[in-house]
Amino acid sequence: MDEPARRLDEGALRALVPRVLAGLVRRGEDFDAAEDALQEALLEALRVWPEHPPHDPRAWLTTVATRRLVDARRSEAARHRREEVTYDEPPPAATEEGDDTLLLLFCCCHPDLSPTSQVALTLRAVGGLTTREIADAFYVPEATMAQRISRAKRSLRGRPLDQPGDLAVVLRVLYLVYTAGHTDRVDLAAEAIRLTRQLNLATEEPEARGLLALMLLNHARLPARLDSGGRIVPLDQQDRGLWDRREIAEGVHILQSALSVQRPGRYQIEAAIAALHDDAPSPEETDWPQILAWYDDLIALTDEPARHDPAAVLGRAVAVGHVQGAEAGLRETEPLREILGDRHRWHAVRGHLHELNGDLPAAANAYAEAAHRATNLAERDHLVRQAARARAAGYVR
Amino acid sequence: MPQFLLLKYYRGGPERHHPFPPMDQWDPDDVEAHLAFLRHVTEMLKDNGEYVEHKGLAPSRTWVRYGGPDAAPVTTDGPLPETSDLVAGWWMIDVESQERAVELAAYVSSEPGPGKEPLYEWIDVRELMSEAPSGD
Repeated sequence: MDEPARRLDEGALRALVPRVLAGLVRRGEDFDAAEDALQEALLEALRVWPEHPPHDPRAWLTTVATRRLVDARRSEAARHRREEVTYDEPPPAATEEGDDTLLLLFCCCHPDLSPTSQVALTLRAVGGLTTREIADAFYVPEATMAQRISRAKRSLRGRPLDQPGDLAVVLRVLYLVYTAGHTDRVDLAAEAIRLTRQLNLATEEPEARGLLALMLLNHARLPARLDSGGRIVPLDQQDRGLWDRREIAEGVHILQSALSVQRPGRYQIEAAIAALHDDAPSPEETDWPQILAWYDDLIALTDEPARHDPAAVLGRAVAVGHVQGAEAGLRETEPLREILGDRHRWHAVRGHLHELNGDLPAAANAYAEAAHRATNLAERDHLVRQAARARAAGYVR
Repeated sequence: MPQFLLLKYYRGGPERHHPFPPMDQWDPDDVEAHLAFLRHVTEMLKDNGEYVEHKGLAPSRTWVRYGGPDAAPVTTDGPLPETSDLVAGWWMIDVESQERAVELAAYVSSEPGPGKEPLYEWIDVRELMSEAPSGD
């Protein structure tokens, strides 16, 4: 692919995708067919625009996609020997960008779809990524991703798509996109932030703002998270000078506006915890009592948190370890043994708490157990290093 | 989303559900049915959007190690060439969860054997480590 030309068009082009698609859906086109037609129009735009940039890109895409739709309908009509269907010309669209995004997010994050399908469909229909790019981002063949998207769209057929959807599902899907990591070609974290920004144009829901704040506050630390050799650097050893202060300031500002609504929820609380980490000039100055207070709020959101939100209970155990002492923190991890005992994170947290407690042999064992269960190469290597380091330091004592 | 290998073996693994001869001694019809089923699994995975790749391995094996400075590589066909585990091939899949991988492996294991009865073959399910650091 022609990279410079691509870069030139990409931002503007992709921002148009939800607008054009929502316009087509609003005037009564089938979501499935409209999305296919727009995808073809996009590919054509990437081919044609570098040489012949359009006057009005949005109108260009709408026209080309409409032509495709009419062509598709004609050949279908010919196949079925039917009269060509006519459709009502729409009133000119005068809707806000955010409304378009919201309408499409509700389509793509339909609760009946599986999470993988929701993610794939969202990235294509709202994010404007090509099937190829999405396939690359998730390390699957293009044909597999194409099939996944078309199955998802098929299962949406015949469902009314003009009803308000489930915002909680939309937020979960966007967070899933954010945490899915990134390859060299597609930065899904940045993509998730972009989409969540658009979503916030259309809703006043504080949790949507909370999610955006959470993403920004975590994303700000990304430059410090890996060293030049690709090794994971834990939070307490990161070079805080590499953190993106502008992103932190924006995240804090958005979080404050969300919290002022006084309807707290999981994303706002997690963002508040992230903000406290981001605020500390050094690891020693981290406000752990305040973090613990937020974790108390977080686990209060669920009945039986150990069962229904074990990640929150585990995060809280770390905070307890720093506030009340490592032994207390370790005790907090015990009720999770049954639920998380085969996951690497539970062992890694215990390794950290044993280390905090000065018990290096126990820390080494816990890190080794964690390494044994890791499902990510960088994390596995990090945990093996932690285990070896704790073991070696333990012998010296 | 997590990716797994569903590994099939020429030999090795836990004790078999029931003894069966090597495929070259089956009735030709049964062989056809078996191979058709394997093709069907591949098609089904593609159709589901769960397919990444599938590969077969030749049964001959050579163990190789460094021979030392200025020495030729050392090779052997193994300590117990007749009984050691030997991978025959795999499907690589990309699925929603570990549970889904297990469900698919069990389906593969229902493949027709001699007399077109299910083979109840053991399938080895292995998760691939992801390479991309996660964004959290």
